[in-house]
Amino acid sequence: MKISESAQELLEILWVVTEEEAKAGLQKKDAPADGAGELVQHGLAEWKGNLLIPTLTGKPEATRAIRRHRLGERLLADVLTMEATLLDEHTCRLEHSLFDGLDESICTLLGHPRFCPHGRPIPLGECCREMRASVGRLIAPLCQLQPGQGGDIAYIQMNNPRRLQKLMAMGVLPGVSIKLFRRSPSFVFEAAYSQFAVDEEIAADIYVRLNGL
Amino acid sequence: MLIAEAVRARFGQPLSYIIARKQREAAQHILQSILSLPERRVSGFVEQLSEAMMKPWSGLPILVLSLFLMYEFVGVLGAQTLVDFLEESVFGAYINPWVNQMLASFIPWSVVRDLLGGQYGVITLGVRYAVAIILPIVGTFFLAFSVIEDSGYLPRLAMLIDRIFKKIGLNGRAVIPMVLGFGCDTMATIVTRTLETRRERLISTMLLALAIPCSAQLGVMLGLMAGQPKLLVLWAIIVTGIFLLIGFLAARVIPGERPMFYMELPPLRLPTLGNIIVKTYTRMEWYFREVFPLFILASVIIWFGRLTGLFDVVVNALEPLVSWLGLPDETAVAFLFGFFRRDYGAAGLYDLRSTMNGVQLLVSTVTMTLFVPCIAQFSVTIKERGLKTALAIFAFIFPFAFLVGGLLNKLLVILGVTI
Repeated sequence: MKISESAQELLEILWVVTEEEAKAGLQKKDAPADGAGELVQHGLAEWKGNLLIPTLTGKPEATRAIRRHRLGERLLADVLTMEATLLDEHTCRLEHSLFDGLDESICTLLGHPRFCPHGRPIPLGECCREMRASVGRLIAPLCQLQPGQGGDIAYIQMNNPRRLQKLMAMGVLPGVSIKLFRRSPSFVFEAAYSQFAVDEEIAADIYVRLNGL
Repeated sequence: MLIAEAVRARFGQPLSYIIARKQREAAQHILQSILSLPERRVSGFVEQLSEAMMKPWSGLPILVLSLFLMYEFVGVLGAQTLVDFLEESVFGAYINPWVNQMLASFIPWSVVRDLLGGQYGVITLGVRYAVAIILPIVGTFFLAFSVIEDSGYLPRLAMLIDRIFKKIGLNGRAVIPMVLGFGCDTMATIVTRTLETRRERLISTMLLALAIPCSAQLGVMLGLMAGQPKLLVLWAIIVTGIFLLIGFLAARVIPGERPMFYMELPPLRLPTLGNIIVKTYTRMEWYFREVFPLFILASVIIWFGRLTGLFDVVVNALEPLVSWLGLPDETAVAFLFGFFRRDYGAAGLYDLRSTMNGVQLLVSTVTMTLFVPCIAQFSVTIKERGLKTALAIFAFIFPFAFLVGGLLNKLLVILGVTI
């Protein structure tokens, strides 16, 4: 199904409003008429009085669009280290060229990230549910590395401020080279010329761009 | 404010994170031009030892060995040799008789004489306790602890034990107060401050009060069970089991944030003598300032309790409880004194050891270990956790210790076990 870019953006807004803000739908005054019309025409959304709500076919379509958008942000912000001000504009362009299937490859390459750089959750895809790792990965969370593996830290997952603070205090930041020594009984790694022991949850917050790839 | 808002809006990520990141990049930039690192690092004895400490199969024997060495130093040299010398030869032979003699010749009122001297006086019990028992035990313990601390062993122990501690609602970092508890639970309760969440502080305070015997108590208990390794092993298994069980249940019941474990692993180092002496000295100085007054207070309370006959009432009330445990009535006195100083309770049992059989010895030592914290630990618990929490801990431990003792006794009797 091919819809215009503005209709797709409206579909994403609709998803955020209904799924994340838990509202019934989007007020008529907030929805541009042509985008709304296109969505209704394709059976992705419908009018319920003054509210625009996603249909049963529209909802999974919207989830995938959000997923592409936030994966795109992850890719640009952390792997290609793009500044935040430019992020929005480029992500929008990028997400429209990510057809289904390509997003799964990117997701796997990035180690199935769970949050976008702004800290909003990325909806799970098929590949995340299967924890697919067969494609040669670029990035993986530290907790999935084997002892002896290492690389540079690509990004830190920031959904938990307490954990983020500890990582910052340890000097575990993007760009630092990191090497895993042990997985058990706790995760032991070396970063910034010091050794640290952390539990699995903290190790899952550190995403590493693997060496030798 | 406006500027801060504007800057925050420009970046999608927390500012502290952005700043830390930029700082690191700048540092990296400077380092690049001046720092060169050897390609391969040598792996010598220190690295191998460090590795061995972190592997469960070699780490546990190393833990047992360090505990044994610590016991030899603190439990035997400190708690037995030095305590005996100070108690018998210094206080027993010189100070106490001198105090009592002075009191007898200058103070005509027996009430005041008992407050200062006699069996439970401020000087003859309070000061003697602090100087002759606490000083050598705590001194040797702090010395040993400083050596362990400076060697870099504790973080390795913490990482080894983190998964088990997570099950009881704590994280690996809590080994520090727990190990300290084997020296002095009062001090360890203060050290629980270093734990991050309220929940962890609460659980560790309770476990310290319940299942960690302090060095003074441990010393007497080990003497009590000396020559009966079966008894010792059973006691250790039961107390460890209770520690884990109650920790596990507490972790389920007490709400709060999940614990988080992170720790730097500094390289193993040989401790330097100067640092150890300074550390031990500051700890002891601080310890005496915090805890010494509480011993004096305990002596005053004992004096008051005996004077008013309150103690006889309490002992009478405890008697049915101890007979439910299948123990002789005289042990009631030991349990009462166990509240004033943990080892005093154990010492009371020690005096009664010839009248008890193996089952009674096991039941009484287990109950005494779990039984209420000493008065110093109790008041520190009030200070650190608040009166309500301290009372709640007390209200749980008191019946629980007797319940465990009673059930243990019934079980052993039913099974017809003789030890």
